Amino acid sequence: MRAEERLWAFVAASAALLWAVPFAWMAVASLRPGVPPDIASLTPTGPFGLGNFAEAWASGNFPLWYLNTVLMCGGILAVQLVTVSMAGYAFARLRFPGRDLLFSAFLLQLLLIPPLLIVPNLATLVSLHLYDRLLGLMAPYFASAFGVFLMRQTFRAIPRDFEEAAMLDGASIPVPIRHVLLPLARPGLVAFAIVSVTAHWNEFLWPLMAVSSPRNHVLTVGLASFASGAEAGSAWGVVAAGTFFVTAPLLVFFLIFQRRFVSSFVYSGIK
Amino acid sequence: MVLLGPSLIFLGAFTYWLVLRVFYESFLVGRFAGESAFGFRNYLRLFADPHFARAASNNLVYAAGTIAPSLVLALALALALRETNRFNALLRTLVVMPLLIPLVAAAALFSFILLPGEGLLDFYLRKLGVGMVNWLGNPDTALGAVIAITVWKNTGYYMLFFLAGLAGVPQDLIDAARIDGAGAWRRVRSVVLPLLGPTFGFVVPITLLNALTQVDHVVTMTQGGPSDATNLLLYYIYQQAAQNYDTGLASAATVISAAALLGLTVISFRLIERGIHYES
Repeated sequence: MRAEERLWAFVAASAALLWAVPFAWMAVASLRPGVPPDIASLTPTGPFGLGNFAEAWASGNFPLWYLNTVLMCGGILAVQLVTVSMAGYAFARLRFPGRDLLFSAFLLQLLLIPPLLIVPNLATLVSLHLYDRLLGLMAPYFASAFGVFLMRQTFRAIPRDFEEAAMLDGASIPVPIRHVLLPLARPGLVAFAIVSVTAHWNEFLWPLMAVSSPRNHVLTVGLASFASGAEAGSAWGVVAAGTFFVTAPLLVFFLIFQRRFVSSFVYSGIK
Repeated sequence: MVLLGPSLIFLGAFTYWLVLRVFYESFLVGRFAGESAFGFRNYLRLFADPHFARAASNNLVYAAGTIAPSLVLALALALALRETNRFNALLRTLVVMPLLIPLVAAAALFSFILLPGEGLLDFYLRKLGVGMVNWLGNPDTALGAVIAITVWKNTGYYMLFFLAGLAGVPQDLIDAARIDGAGAWRRVRSVVLPLLGPTFGFVVPITLLNALTQVDHVVTMTQGGPSDATNLLLYYIYQQAAQNYDTGLASAATVISAAALLGLTVISFRLIERGIHYES
């Protein structure tokens, strides 16, 4: 390796390690109960214990927040999978007047996302009597321009012969979609599911505004109120433990299925 | 049409209808005895509001301060870590991890890192003999601190796109340039960047969208302060809607922000397209 390249590799490695500092602190601080005077230290010195996790679990309503977050992400995804595979199929396979214009109109939603349109979104929820309900939180996401685009690309990559064979056997359109195309389109659906769940698991501003009563709070909104309380008491180890509860599920899935996640995110940019 | 129905119903109710509604509300200046009055007063009030002017100029700084450094860092890291071996894979994982956590979780971690005195940054800076700085409490540094958190969060995401883009750049081409005596900077500028044109074409719109919508840490850490130093457009909209119940002002600010986003996205598309033609 040439000297210049070795220098680059060193700089990149230092940058990557610097990037990991917040995670390293979260791990070390959450495992050291009480209020150690060197709470900022990244050096893992004991005594260790799970006291911070117990305290975080007791002072926040994590089971409820997990449940609401899972219901929200699952509900959004379930409806999206239906809407995006139907519309994706239509744009990939059917010819109808105004198709390209309609497709561009769909893509407008890539920019006009719910957090940006918070004011009219909220007013619409109120008039539909969906304000402060999990369903209201989910509704603006039931159609997904990104998902439609992704499924269009996925269906286009599948040879027509498969469904034509099914149709010759006398099946109408919905049947080949469900039994022939959907199984073949699984990689696209999985990629979409990963991006969708990650986005909604981590979203904050919209769930903060669309919901008011604590029983409808999701993890991010819960964490914000929980952390401001714990920070006021300088219980930083407890803050670290609570942050771990919120971030751990996705981080664990990411570390296990890293290749899947990475290819899904790369897909997500190619709009 | 049956296939498009479900998507169209939801898009209609939660995108197109909202656009019309926010336009309507932005021109609605009063309701008296069942009669509605329309006019430009919301926009006049908006442009006269010093908080809005501050939020708009802060947002420009925020956009420039987050987009340029995170793209440069992302490209540099992608170039340095493009070769796949176990060590590079580990480093890439470390850089991508912030993408997986909520911005409010990042805010919780950085609240401690930036804490004056006891915090992690001051703890290590003290060892280097640097005095304590109240990063979030000082109007001169607060926006910079917010920007740093966003850069930390997004760089890994953009790096993934550059890694994917670089996979399409043949190594032979870079080696050929090196044999011709091109230095590292020259190789990046004349060989790699032109070939990454399409990658920039979709990354830049994403960065613009993020610069307008990623304000979660402002909500939880600074509430726009101190003295408006970290007020951003979407936070301003949130304040007007959720705290002041001023729908007219919030709607006018939404229209202006969304129009700016659409405009900048179109302009960036054009510039990048021209760049690609010019370079090749």
